[in-house]
Amino acid sequence: MSLAAQVFYLGRRSVIRILRQPANWIFPLVFPLALMAVNTGGLHAATNLPGFPSDSFVAFFLAFPFIQGALFATVNAGVDLARDIQTGFLNRLALTPMRSGALLAGHLGGVLAVGALQALWYLTVGLVIGVRFESGAAGALVVFLLAVLIVFAFGSFGALAALRTGSTEAVHSLFPLFFVFLFISSMNLPRNLIETEWFRVAASLNPVSYLIEAIRSLVIEGWNAEALALGFGIAIALAIVGLTLSSLALRGRMART
Amino acid sequence: MRSILSVAGAVAWRMLHNNFSTPSLLIPGLVFPLFFFTAFAGGLSRVNDVPGFQFPVGYTAFQFVFVLLQSAAFAGVFTGFGIVRDFESGFIRRLMLAAPDRRGIVLGYLFGALGRWIVTATVLTIVAVAVGMQIGGNGVDLFALYALAVLVNFCGLLWASGVAMRLRTLQAGPIMQLPVFLCLFFAPVFVPVALLAHWLRVIAHLNPVTLLLETGRSLIAGDATHVAAAFATAVALVGVFSVWALRGLRKAEAAGG
Amino acid sequence: MDRAIEVRGLVREFKGGIKAVAGIDLDVAPGEIYGFLGPNGAGKSTTVHMLTTLLPPTAGTARVGGFDIVKQGPEVRKTIGAALQEAALDPLLTGREHLRLQLALHGIPRSERPARTDELLERVGLRLAADRKIGGYSGGMKRRLDLALALAHRPRILFLDEPTTGLDVQSRSALWDEVVRLKREDGVTVFLTTQYLEEADVLADRVGIIDHGRLVAEGTPAALKSEIGRPTIEALPADGTDDGTLEQVLRRFGALQPSTAGVAVRLDGQGDLADVVRALDAADVRVADLHLHAPTLDDVFLAKTGRSLEGSEEAEAEPE
Repeated sequence: MSLAAQVFYLGRRSVIRILRQPANWIFPLVFPLALMAVNTGGLHAATNLPGFPSDSFVAFFLAFPFIQGALFATVNAGVDLARDIQTGFLNRLALTPMRSGALLAGHLGGVLAVGALQALWYLTVGLVIGVRFESGAAGALVVFLLAVLIVFAFGSFGALAALRTGSTEAVHSLFPLFFVFLFISSMNLPRNLIETEWFRVAASLNPVSYLIEAIRSLVIEGWNAEALALGFGIAIALAIVGLTLSSLALRGRMART
Repeated sequence: MRSILSVAGAVAWRMLHNNFSTPSLLIPGLVFPLFFFTAFAGGLSRVNDVPGFQFPVGYTAFQFVFVLLQSAAFAGVFTGFGIVRDFESGFIRRLMLAAPDRRGIVLGYLFGALGRWIVTATVLTIVAVAVGMQIGGNGVDLFALYALAVLVNFCGLLWASGVAMRLRTLQAGPIMQLPVFLCLFFAPVFVPVALLAHWLRVIAHLNPVTLLLETGRSLIAGDATHVAAAFATAVALVGVFSVWALRGLRKAEAAGG
Repeated sequence: MDRAIEVRGLVREFKGGIKAVAGIDLDVAPGEIYGFLGPNGAGKSTTVHMLTTLLPPTAGTARVGGFDIVKQGPEVRKTIGAALQEAALDPLLTGREHLRLQLALHGIPRSERPARTDELLERVGLRLAADRKIGGYSGGMKRRLDLALALAHRPRILFLDEPTTGLDVQSRSALWDEVVRLKREDGVTVFLTTQYLEEADVLADRVGIIDHGRLVAEGTPAALKSEIGRPTIEALPADGTDDGTLEQVLRRFGALQPSTAGVAVRLDGQGDLADVVRALDAADVRVADLHLHAPTLDDVFLAKTGRSLEGSEEAEAEPE
């Protein structure tokens, strides 16, 4: 059987498993938007701050659900992979002619499929509640592509955690760590308006800030080459690092001859 | 009464012993409130400059009150997770067999949640003071603030234990957490009520947490308002959730634990 | 192919110098059921993991189905099926979905998969439960599905790692029947690890007994038991005490053995149980009870290791 076919079957299984755990896809669809509603409702007055880049806090904050949704998809899929290791299902797959790369690709394929659906959903909700993309339809498409790339990058780190630890609890415990990266960022305010210096520095060092700012720039600014270059560059770099490390971890985990 | 208290003491001792001797239980309970405090007070301090925002003792104190109440509520909810684990492991049957008056079990969980939160609140207060939080209230005001937080802690635990005793499975987790989260965040978290978006302002006015939060903030500012109403509300909520929890206990008994 | 499985000096060492398998030599003929018996922690599962290519050996060689387990891993995997110690099932998939995935990964043509799936489900008695998720299956059903998955691609050699642990008597018996059928009708070679004496005794053509990573005995169950000795007969006198007549009769059949409640002799070939009964009857000796104690594989283990197999447990070295 070809590698592509193996990836297809394993990816299909990955998607089926996610769909059969409603909490794993309903929650990521609903919760980031609920949090967005709360934050925009609570902070909409921040648009009155001198130098705030938009008069719509919703438009400013729309980048957030893409990142948080990617986070949920990553942890949930990572837990599924860790469960395969814990239950011995990985050994069952290892006894077939399955190529080890197919396992990782299939797993990430499933994450990507869910991530793509999520991204479409957030875009749709954003448009329905009246957010206008300064970069137009093309910009919305680029947002979608960047969001899927971010899901892929985060997903590879979730797979890494699963393959290294083989433990669902360990993967779950990643969630707070990702949360920290999400909150200590330019999620709520642009970096130049963050008054507390250490926070501003931390947000500037945090790669998640640039992912958020890249998406945000397409919504509230138009075509900002620097923001897009940084966002895509960091997403690609994270994807390469995550994929490399998780491939190595897979090799160690499946020590078959 | 004596038998209830002895059962409660034993249950509380076990909960606290397990919590403080297990890093994976202890650390998140301490770290998360500190993290939220840092993210909100540090990252959003500029909100102090939003036109119409007037809080005499500064944004750090403004956020401290929210995080204090949030940590109190979630200390209760996380203790609820422990109750679920007791059901899943079967340990609850041991407690039910041994306790002459099973209401002592719920009371014990309550004391356990309180003990857990007292440590968190102490650490949070020390950190807040260390970073220069201003306090306008006197000793009585602060006592009232912490007393209010204790009642919120009780509400969190009684709600969670009622859910845990009805569902008796880890699937209860999201049901325990989500309503508490929504109640906390559909409130003036980042800015006073007057600066919220209209739709959120309407919900916040209906949300009892808003009264508790605003009263708490008035206490720390040294300008106590609506204290009687806030305590009456909190006590009433404790009463309602007590009935919820005790009825949950009866359902658990009927199901055989 | 002379031998289905050929093992020479197989060793597996883990971190800290723990030797889970300390040098094993064994051969399994094609179509044979080989029972690999030992207590927990003896090295059974580690051996199976190496022979099924899931774990590389530290030293030694082995050929499975004629292929080297280290150099020809993919060829070995095409030849074998394995039902390992954990049932290793996905609780979110149905039985049918498991089989379809397994068949797809083994490259069975799409057109053949539905029929093969139905055939396997029928064979293991899961046709009615095929479209239910595994989470709703009993332990016995999971084991049966596990076996079906192991047989999906018609392997010539089947590894079963403690397949009946935790099963009820009925499920165990059904699984035994299937193992015997596989050998008899399909000529499948079965390498079966177990900690149950009865299972090895009933199923295996030959048994290898492993302890602390080494093979301490090997042979047919009957040969191993006869190596240890002949059966013992123990008689309890009807009135509680013997005036010497019972002992006199029994001594004709073998040497006296210690007995707490009556008189016991180890049969030396002068007669069997029937002969003893006739002799007691002829001498008008009344007995309350008469026991024939045949040597068991546990006796074999005891003789070889100084310990009893039953109740003898150690934690197996953790695979890396």
